[in-house]
Amino acid sequence: MLTLEWESEGLQTVGIVVIICASLKLLHLLGLIDFSEDSVEDELEMATVRHRPEALELLEAQSKFTKKELQILYRGFKNECPSGVVNEETFKEIYSQFFPQGDSTTYAHFLFNAFDTDHNGAVSFEDFIKGLSILLRGTVQEKLNWAFNLYDINKDGYITKEEMLYIMKAIYDMMGKCTYPVLKEDAPRQHVETFFQKMDKNKDGVVTIDEFIESCQKDENIMRSMQLFENVI
Amino acid sequence: MAAGVATWLPFARAAAVGWLPLAQQPLPPAPGVKASRGDEVLVVNVSGRRFETWKNTLDRYPDTLLGSSEKEFFYDADSGEYFFDRDPDMFRHVLNFYRTGRLHCPRQECIQAFDEELAFYGLVPELVGDCCLEEYRDRKKENAERLAEDEEAEQAGDGPALPAGSSLRQRLWRAFENPHTSTAALVFYYVTGFFIAVSVIANVVETIPCRGPARRPPREQPCGDRFPLAFFCMDTACVLIFTGEYLLRLFAAPSRCRFLRSVMSLIDVVAILPYYIGLFVPKNEDVSGAFVTLRVFRVFRIFKFSRHSQGLRILGYTLKSCASELGFLLFSLTMAIIIFATVMFYAEKGTNKTNFTSIPAAFWYTIVTMTTLGYGDMVPSTIAGKIFGSICSLSGVLVIALPVPVIVSNFSRIYHQNQRADKRRAQQKVRLARIRLAKSGTTNAFLQYKQNGGLEDSSSGEEQALCVRNRSAFEQQHHHLLHCLEKTTCHEFTDELTFSEALGAVSLGGRTSRSTSVSSQAVGPGSLLSSCCPRRAKRRAIRLANSTASVSRGSMQELDTLAGLRRSPAPQSRSSLNAKPHDSLDLNCDSRDFVAAIISIPTPPANTPDESQPSSPGGGGGASSNLRNSSLGTPCLLPETVKISSL
Repeated sequence: MLTLEWESEGLQTVGIVVIICASLKLLHLLGLIDFSEDSVEDELEMATVRHRPEALELLEAQSKFTKKELQILYRGFKNECPSGVVNEETFKEIYSQFFPQGDSTTYAHFLFNAFDTDHNGAVSFEDFIKGLSILLRGTVQEKLNWAFNLYDINKDGYITKEEMLYIMKAIYDMMGKCTYPVLKEDAPRQHVETFFQKMDKNKDGVVTIDEFIESCQKDENIMRSMQLFENVI
Repeated sequence: MAAGVATWLPFARAAAVGWLPLAQQPLPPAPGVKASRGDEVLVVNVSGRRFETWKNTLDRYPDTLLGSSEKEFFYDADSGEYFFDRDPDMFRHVLNFYRTGRLHCPRQECIQAFDEELAFYGLVPELVGDCCLEEYRDRKKENAERLAEDEEAEQAGDGPALPAGSSLRQRLWRAFENPHTSTAALVFYYVTGFFIAVSVIANVVETIPCRGPARRPPREQPCGDRFPLAFFCMDTACVLIFTGEYLLRLFAAPSRCRFLRSVMSLIDVVAILPYYIGLFVPKNEDVSGAFVTLRVFRVFRIFKFSRHSQGLRILGYTLKSCASELGFLLFSLTMAIIIFATVMFYAEKGTNKTNFTSIPAAFWYTIVTMTTLGYGDMVPSTIAGKIFGSICSLSGVLVIALPVPVIVSNFSRIYHQNQRADKRRAQQKVRLARIRLAKSGTTNAFLQYKQNGGLEDSSSGEEQALCVRNRSAFEQQHHHLLHCLEKTTCHEFTDELTFSEALGAVSLGGRTSRSTSVSSQAVGPGSLLSSCCPRRAKRRAIRLANSTASVSRGSMQELDTLAGLRRSPAPQSRSSLNAKPHDSLDLNCDSRDFVAAIISIPTPPANTPDESQPSSPGGGGGASSNLRNSSLGTPCLLPETVKISSL
C-alpha cells in the first residue's frame, strides 16, 4: 500500500521536475534568462570603416578638376557617406533613386565595378574622382576606354556577345515595364546584334578595344554626344 | 526625392557616358545650365545670432522658405545677410535639418512654439526624424487634448448669458445641465440628489430584519415585510419624482434621440422601470421570482448620483478609456485560470474526497488563489497540487499587477486634466475681465479725448495741441478710426455711466406711451435720440446714449438734436409705423424701438452695415452730417432686420 502511494507521488514529483526544467529552458529560449556567457561579444558592433582621402593638392594634380570643384564634390560626398566610402548596396540604392520606374540594380552593379578600379568592394572618394574626371574632363579616347571597361565585365580585354547582352539587358531593365512602344523580349538581343554589326570589324564575335575605339570615332553621332556631359559639374 | 540625391545627380549624369556607344539614336542636347557661381557661404542672421552655411545646403530642399526664392524677401542688402526676426535657438534645429536631413525635436521647448517655427520656415511636421517622432507626437497629442477640452469647457460651461429670446425648453435644458445658473435649478438638483439617497437607503433598510410586533411569530422578518405600506409609499414618491425628472429632461432635451440614447437616460429608465413593471405584474407565485429579480435593478438608482458627482464620471470615463488594458487583463486572467485549473484537477485527481471534482470546480480555487484571497474551502492535498498551487498564487500576483499601473496612470491623467480644466475656467474668467478692462480703457481714452474737444474742427489749435501731446501715434490713428466709425454710423461712443442713465430715463418713460415719451423727450434738453437712422428692434427700446452724450457735449450737438427733431413730422402711432415702414422716411426719432447695440457695456453702439452712410465732408462738425444723414433715411429702414451687434 505505502509503496504504491510513494510510487505515484514519486512519479508525480519526477513529472514536476521535468516540467520545471522545460519551462526554464523555454524562458532561456525567449531570452529572458542567460545561462551562457557568449552573448557579450555579439553586442559589440564592428567598427565602421573610415576612409580619409588623399590631400587636396594631390587629387587636384591627379584629376582634371579645380580645387573649388573638388571641394564642392567632397562636401557632397562626405555628407552622404560620412564614413568616406560607398559600398555596393548604398551605390545601388542611390542609383535606383534616379530610375524609379525600372530596376537598376544590375546596371548599378556593373557601374560599381567600373568605378571600383582597385576592386576592394568600396568606392572611395579617389575612385569617385578618378571616374568623374575621365567622364567629364577626359579626352574622347579616355572616355571610350572607360566605356569599354564598363562593358567588359570580366576585364579580359574583349567584349563578348554574352557580356554585351548582360549589359544591354541591364540597361533595358532600367526602363521598366511601361514603355512606348512596348518592350519586346528580344529587344536587347537585337540591340546587341546591331552593336556587333557596327563594332565588330573582323566578325570574330568579340570586340576588342581598338575595334571599339575605331568604330566609335567613325560614328558621328557618338562623337557629337561626347560633348554632352561636359558641364555637368 | 531625398536631399542626398541632388548630390549624386552629377555623378549619375556622368555615368551616362556609358550609354553613348550603345545609343541607336542621337542623344538629346544637355540643358543649358546657367553659369554656376560655385558654392558660396550664406549668412543667415537670426535675431542677432549669425549662422553661416553653404548655399548648396539650403538648396537641398527647394520647397521650404530657405531653399526657395522666398528667402530673398528677408535679404538685407546693406549687410549682405538674410535677417530673420525669430527665435535663434529654434533656428538651430531648422538649420540642422538642412545639414543632416533629419529634423530633431527640442526637448525643452514648447511644442507649439516649435510648430510655429516649422510653419514659418515651410517645414512639414512629418519631417521630424524617427528618433524624435514619438515624443513629438505624444507632446502634440497632449497639447491638443488640453486645448480641446478648453473649448469643450467653454461651450458646455456657464458661458455667456442665454439670449433672452430662448424658449422655455432651452432654459430648462440649461438649468438641468448647469445647476449653478439659477436658484431653482440648484434646488431641483439637491432635491433629486436627496431623493436618490432616500431611495437607495430605503432599498437597503428594507432587508434588515426587524423584530416582530409581538413575540409570536418569534422569527424575524425583514423590515420590508413588516412595514410594506410605508416602504411602498416611499418607493412611489421616489419613483414619481424620478419619472417627473426624466420626462422634464426629455422635454427639454435639444435632441431627443440623442438624449434617449445617452447613458444617463438609460440609467434613469432602468431605475424607474421595475416599479412600473411591478405595478402591472399580478402577484402570483409564478412570476414573483422574476419580480424579485426586477427589484435588484432598483439598485441602479445609485448610478444616478453620477450626475451629481464628477469623480464618478471620471471613473467611468477612465474605465472606458482603459478598455483595452482591461480587456487584456481579463484575457490573460482567463488563460491563466484555465491552465491552472486543469493542472490542479489532474494533480488532485487521485485523492479521494477531493474538492476538485471537475475542471470548472477547480476554476473557483484558481481564482481565489490567483487573487491571493485564499478562502480555504478548497485546498490541494497532494504534493504536486501544492507545488502547482504555489506557482498559481505567485503568477496571480504578477498577472494582476501588470495592467493595473496602466489603468492607474490613465485615471490620474484624466483626473488631473479635469482639475486643470476647472483651474482654467477660473483663469478664463479672470482673463475675460482683464480684456474687458483693457477695452474699456481704450474706449475711455477715446471718450476723454472727445470730451476735451479733440474732435472739434473748430476748436482752437492750442486745445488740440494739448490733447494731442499725450497720445502716441498709434493712439492718434486709433482714435481717428473710431471717429470715422462714428461718422459712418452717425452714432457716437459713450461710456457706461451716461448709458445707464439713458437706460434709466427710457425705462421711466415706459414702452407703452409712445407718443408721450416722444413729446416729453422732445422738449427735454437733447435727451432724445438724434439717431438719423432709426431701426426697429425686437427688444426693449434702449435709447442710445447719444442723447445723453449730447447732453454732455457742447452746444453744437445739442443743436443738431433739436434740429433733427424739428424736421420730424408729428409722431405717428405705432401701428401705422409698423404697417408702413417706408413712410417713416422723414422720421428720424420717433416712438419706435431702437436698436440696442450694446451687449457688453463699454462697447460702442454699432449699427448694421446697411447704415454705412458716407460721412459728410467737414462742414460744421457733426451737426450737418447728422442732418444730412437724417434725410437719407431710406436705406436705414429695414424693420425686419434686427441686428444686435456686440463689439
